[in-house]
Amino acid sequence: MAAAPKKSVAKEAGQEKASSPPEFTRDQELQALRDMLLIRRFEEKAGQLYGMGAIGGFCHLYIGQEAVVVGMQMALKHGDEVITGYRDHGHMLACGMEAKGVMAELTGRRGGYSKGKGGSMHMFSMEKHFYGGHGIVGAQVSLGTGLAFANRYRGNDNVSVTYFGDGAANQGQVYESFNMAELWKLPVIYVIENNRYAMGTAVARASAQQDFSKRGASFNIPGRQVDGMDVRAVKAAADEATAWCRGGNGPMILEMQTYRYRGHSMSDPAKYRTREEVEKVRHDQDPIEQVRNRLLAEKVSEQDLKAIDAEVRDIVNAAADFAQHDPEPDPSELYTDVYR
Amino acid sequence: MPIQVLMPALSPTMEKGNLAKWLKKEGETIKSGDVIAEIETDKATMEVEATDEGTLGKILIPEGTADVAVNTPIATILADGESAADLAKAPAAPAPTKAEAPAEAKAEAPAPKPEAAPAAPVAVAAPDPEVPAGTEMVTQTIREALRDAMAEEMRRDGDVFIMGEEVAEYQGAYKVTQGLLQEFGARRVIDTPITEHGFAGIGVGAAMAGLKPIVEFMTWNFAMQAIDQIINSAAKTLYMSGGQMGCSIVFRGPNGAAARVAAQHSQDYAAWYSQVPGLKVIAPYSAADYKGLLKAAIRDPNPVIFLENEVLYGHTGEVPKLADFVVPIGKARIARAGKDVTLISWSMGMSYALKAADELAKEGIEAEVIDLRTIRPMDTETIISSVKKTGRAVTVEEGWQQSGVGAEVAARIMEHAFDYLDAPVTRVSGKDVPMPYAHNLEKLALPSVAEVVAAAKAVSYR
Repeated sequence: MAAAPKKSVAKEAGQEKASSPPEFTRDQELQALRDMLLIRRFEEKAGQLYGMGAIGGFCHLYIGQEAVVVGMQMALKHGDEVITGYRDHGHMLACGMEAKGVMAELTGRRGGYSKGKGGSMHMFSMEKHFYGGHGIVGAQVSLGTGLAFANRYRGNDNVSVTYFGDGAANQGQVYESFNMAELWKLPVIYVIENNRYAMGTAVARASAQQDFSKRGASFNIPGRQVDGMDVRAVKAAADEATAWCRGGNGPMILEMQTYRYRGHSMSDPAKYRTREEVEKVRHDQDPIEQVRNRLLAEKVSEQDLKAIDAEVRDIVNAAADFAQHDPEPDPSELYTDVYR
Repeated sequence: MPIQVLMPALSPTMEKGNLAKWLKKEGETIKSGDVIAEIETDKATMEVEATDEGTLGKILIPEGTADVAVNTPIATILADGESAADLAKAPAAPAPTKAEAPAEAKAEAPAPKPEAAPAAPVAVAAPDPEVPAGTEMVTQTIREALRDAMAEEMRRDGDVFIMGEEVAEYQGAYKVTQGLLQEFGARRVIDTPITEHGFAGIGVGAAMAGLKPIVEFMTWNFAMQAIDQIINSAAKTLYMSGGQMGCSIVFRGPNGAAARVAAQHSQDYAAWYSQVPGLKVIAPYSAADYKGLLKAAIRDPNPVIFLENEVLYGHTGEVPKLADFVVPIGKARIARAGKDVTLISWSMGMSYALKAADELAKEGIEAEVIDLRTIRPMDTETIISSVKKTGRAVTVEEGWQQSGVGAEVAARIMEHAFDYLDAPVTRVSGKDVPMPYAHNLEKLALPSVAEVVAAAKAVSYR
């Protein structure tokens, strides 16, 4: 059992961390635990299916970063849009998309969210306001800004939550988008998931300004650094940012300081960091263990927590089973959906 | 039941690897995510993480074993409450997962043939709208025709808006958006910073959210900054989303050579965009087609590349005065009927083709001139039926020859009308050089009426 966090990713990187975030109610803690566990178990199963050859191509796992999407989602309302890059399975599950449909897309089956035509990096759900799943690093930032543009054009109070990583944060179109978002006061939260490595390149080796919350400074976009391993801190930051955006103040940047336990993709030789580093974050800061420990301290029984575990495992196993038995797309699907 | 750990595939192409090292011993406790072994492939050494929790029951493949096939059981993990005695219960190596074939395929199981691709659908365009006899014709410039098309569509649909550099207060770098700001206001006529990649992406995102943007590029040359969003985001998303999320958007602006603006401002992109499934590509010549096709493009639920020509902006033509004049996308127009040779062109190339047809007529050669108008989907039928009649074809384009639109037209004629040809299809095109600045060299780099005449005579053996 991991100990309570001793040192946050934020502190380790030499930055000040805000004081302790507001406590969650027991229901919020249980919800966060369940939603993060679902992502973790789902990703573990996806890794397993990849190893068995059932999932092909690229597969980028979200393990370690679960608190970011789960905390953000807890602050959103129906209608808010979510868009992200290629490490997207966690975002989809957090948005309420079904594990079966996501897993079946990973295995390239007809019951997948994109009928098997998109794969790991390209899934969408209009119903859940999830706009993808984009494979070109940084492209989702302009697109997410466009979703916010549409909100502004229509005069609704929806907010576009646009996720990207510390690597994408160095793409030029990100700053083109920042400029227009602030110029036109677009309701967009730029969530920079700083997991310390862009594929195999550490932040310090790629970024002249390593404080990503300052990346909007020359456009007057406010930014916050957030302990992305603490779901409560994420939720608190998201509350502030959504209120800012809905208030017509334009965009806000949230740098989520987080960590990816697994390789960049499945074929990552992991030579750019030590095993000890990974172990240390897992042991000291695991987002799921943090919640679990708080719940145990609040006298929630091991049994109740095991019941959540069991529920989540059942969902994931059912998804894996469906994803391996659902047929591949019919050949007639080859030429559909090119035009409408 | 004990869980088997299988030799994992660590990349899409891995078939086997060496089990370099065990990092856990039999009897050790394992948590999900623990690194239990190291595997070597020809590319790298990689770690195997446990995905299940329990105790490492038995190591089945000792460390140092080379060429272990993917999916071979390498160890067993005992769950809580299980002991070594349960190892016997471990399942035999599971068959590699494979999709169950659909029921109907199972019936006729023997020697499976490689799956043949189904036939590609053929685009069928509606005929041109009827222009009733006696309809008043308005003489206007192509610039005005474009402006009217946008204004009419913006009046018709509140989701249509235009964004781009200098489209609002400046009234358009080429005055194509003149008056739109005054009529529709700054909410729908939006000046952008000079930031093609960014505003193309914002336009695509807005279209994904259901709006119908018209994105103006000051010239298509600048759109190369934005081509990733046009192709990877706009063109491919409908397919990648299994038909869920489309993108109704028009990208428009002047394309090709203007006059004396040199290589970076004088490229024809028709061939580039026409290669991409998911895009429609339009390049009209006449004022009426500019208007009717732009209206069709704005209404189309797909991303449309609308290639204009700066030299043509000031040309005038007759546009029917109808309440709603929409020309269908994907239909070529026979601009001049003839029986001896088919000249196939579009956009600015049409001016060479039509003048050449006049010249040829003086020499007794009746050329049929086809204006493709839409490059993708291409109206193959109109081309083929003309070539079957004339037996000879010349393509005319300002763009480069290699992998050009003319090359595509020639290939289609070869595929569908080979037996009707009396001469090889000939291409007249821009020369294979970046556009020079000097007046004389620029003229040489572009096609000319004389070249078209010469080509038509050559295929006619005259």
